[in-house]
Amino acid sequence: MGAVQKHGPWALVGALGAAALAIVATQRGESINALWVVVAAVCVYLIAYRYYSLYIADKVMRLDPKRETPAHRHNDGLDYVPTNKTVLFGHHFAAIAGAGPLVGPVLAAQMGYLPGMLWILSGVVLAGAVQDFMVLFISMRRDGRSLGELIRAELGVIPGVIALFGTFMIMVILLAVLAMIVVKALAESPWGTFTVAATIPIAILMGLYARYVRPGKIGEVSVIGFVLLMAAIIGGGQINEHPVWGPAFTFTGTQLTWMLIGYGFVAAILPVWLLLAPRDYLSTFLKIGTIIGLALGIVVVAPHMQMPAMTKFVDGTGPVWAGSLFPFLFITIACGAVSGFHALISSGTTPKLVDNEMDTRFIGYGGMLMESFVAIMALVAASVIDPGIYFTMNSPGALLGTTPETAAAAVTTKLGFPIAAETIAQTAKDVGEHSIISRVGGAPTLAVGMAHIISSAIGGKAMMAFWYHFAILFEALFILTAVDAGTRAGRFMLQDLLGLLSPRFKDTSAWAPSMAATALCVAAWGYFLYQGVTDPLGGIYTLWPLFGISNQMLAAVALTLATVVIFKMKRERYAFVTIIPTVWLCICTLTAGWQKIFSPDPKIGFLSHADRFSAAIAEGKVLAPAKSMDDMHKIVFNDRIDAVLAVFFVCLVVAIVVFGVMACLKAYRSDRWTALEADPKLAPAE
Amino acid sequence: MTASAPTQSFRDRLKAFNKCVCDGARLMVGQGDYGTYVAHIQKTHPDQAPMTEREFFRNRENARFGVGNTSGFRCC
Repeated sequence: MGAVQKHGPWALVGALGAAALAIVATQRGESINALWVVVAAVCVYLIAYRYYSLYIADKVMRLDPKRETPAHRHNDGLDYVPTNKTVLFGHHFAAIAGAGPLVGPVLAAQMGYLPGMLWILSGVVLAGAVQDFMVLFISMRRDGRSLGELIRAELGVIPGVIALFGTFMIMVILLAVLAMIVVKALAESPWGTFTVAATIPIAILMGLYARYVRPGKIGEVSVIGFVLLMAAIIGGGQINEHPVWGPAFTFTGTQLTWMLIGYGFVAAILPVWLLLAPRDYLSTFLKIGTIIGLALGIVVVAPHMQMPAMTKFVDGTGPVWAGSLFPFLFITIACGAVSGFHALISSGTTPKLVDNEMDTRFIGYGGMLMESFVAIMALVAASVIDPGIYFTMNSPGALLGTTPETAAAAVTTKLGFPIAAETIAQTAKDVGEHSIISRVGGAPTLAVGMAHIISSAIGGKAMMAFWYHFAILFEALFILTAVDAGTRAGRFMLQDLLGLLSPRFKDTSAWAPSMAATALCVAAWGYFLYQGVTDPLGGIYTLWPLFGISNQMLAAVALTLATVVIFKMKRERYAFVTIIPTVWLCICTLTAGWQKIFSPDPKIGFLSHADRFSAAIAEGKVLAPAKSMDDMHKIVFNDRIDAVLAVFFVCLVVAIVVFGVMACLKAYRSDRWTALEADPKLAPAE
Repeated sequence: MTASAPTQSFRDRLKAFNKCVCDGARLMVGQGDYGTYVAHIQKTHPDQAPMTEREFFRNRENARFGVGNTSGFRCC
């Protein structure tokens, strides 16, 4: 085959992508069509997949189609089963796609769509997809062992324990942030609260049906569940109007927080078939369906981007989250560009199901590209709404006040995005909410964007409220699934960790240790959730960066592991593939971590913020947004806890990198292959 | 499963596509293919009786959210 035939079509794809990127990047003054963003992204993905992932597969990993995978070696028809590549891709994608790629880009849109888009694209190609692909490969070559076990085996026992502990802390922050997004979306919203609450009886009904009536008929029970869900959305609209039920389903953020904490505890100890598994069906299928629907919607409607390509907030003065473009943009958009959590999934069930080594390229690298595309769509959804509305929804209440008039004045004059009070009131009415002011957390904004796009295709303005609550439900549903599944997983992790101190804790079937570990786990994320919800700055402002830092640090840990394995395989001349993203992530997370701890700007640094408030306490003054001396003490205490957590994350990543460098040096000095693959006899001769 | 011989009719291909979608959807929630499991047991352990479809379903459900398994855990 001639070079022209082989590479010609790809050159065309590249040219199209470059043209689309040029249009997106150079358009100033007038809005561009969102399709250009989509075209640019898809072309970048295609080129990266065709060339870069092939390079990694051929040069770094040397995938071998004849080599036996764990699915064949340990085939038991259950956990280890050779699985069709497309089917496994679906499984893997469903496991990695969650709320992260939907929320991060929405928050990042405060700097305009261009910085976020460029980071999503470059991040996924060079870091995120590489990480997922490498970890999947490493785990597959080691019988599908988990990330913690891999780190223990390749780096040592101490790094293994550090990583296990770190993963638990990261999970706590993740669950708190996710739960906070739900609370923020449902607070003072009877329609949303009713719909989401209705998912609990619906799931239980489904669980009973799938257990006793027609066991295993997932399709059937999911259809029933879906119909009931749609009925719940419509019913929510009635509740919203109702003079008695409306107020009965109206809760403050604090009330919802306590409900969610109680719910999390109960849901994590109930049998899985009753609540967790059936809701897992609903959330998984709804998620995949909505993602496909959103993609079709963007293509059909071809909306215009109303957000500027870049706003003045790149300097770090934005109201949504604090901090300048570097390093905080790279922290804010974690999932979608690179997400450490995927390392847990890529070393979970997927490697045990791979039929042929060659499939991992499509599943690992391709799956992450798909996830990144979801992030691009979320960015589009946040950018097609009026920027005035965007900032009205995402700025802290302390800045906006509570009425459309005060909010319109603040957004127009203080932020510089003109918006009329009537537009704010009308938008709230369109989506069936009492207010859209300061609905932080990303989910409501995304829901407005999605409702804007989908209602342009189906139903028009009249259906906008339905689509808004559909979007809220879709996000809340899989966040709640993550909360109970995460609490369960966290409980097992905690029992494992406490088992190091007292072996009695290891017994996961015993009643007392299980309850204690579940309670501890719920208390841990519940604490941060409560702190975030009661935070006068809106919680997201404080907690999202902490979550971003922790997630990116896990990615740095996973990429360090990948680098060590490359050295042990004696492929160090190709190690730049993982070293470049590791170094970049370390630079971003360590700088961000350092600034979050020590920045003299109280908006960014936890300690300077605490100092400012404790100085005021010493003078007996109450600083806004605190309302009492109690609030003041709480703010200082929370700041210090957050600072300690940031210190912990920084130390964690530094420790792992040091251990990683030592392991690399040792492998480099060795004259032979030292990687611990399941069958080292198969190591290719140098 | 999707091997498409030239003689394959449109109907067959639609059937294969359907199976792929259904298998994919089931595996997304942690349910592997029961037929594959039975075939595997019959081939490798002909002396053992395979689990019934109901037992298999429960086994997979417990495995998904079971001890030390993060597969049921949703990513961010």
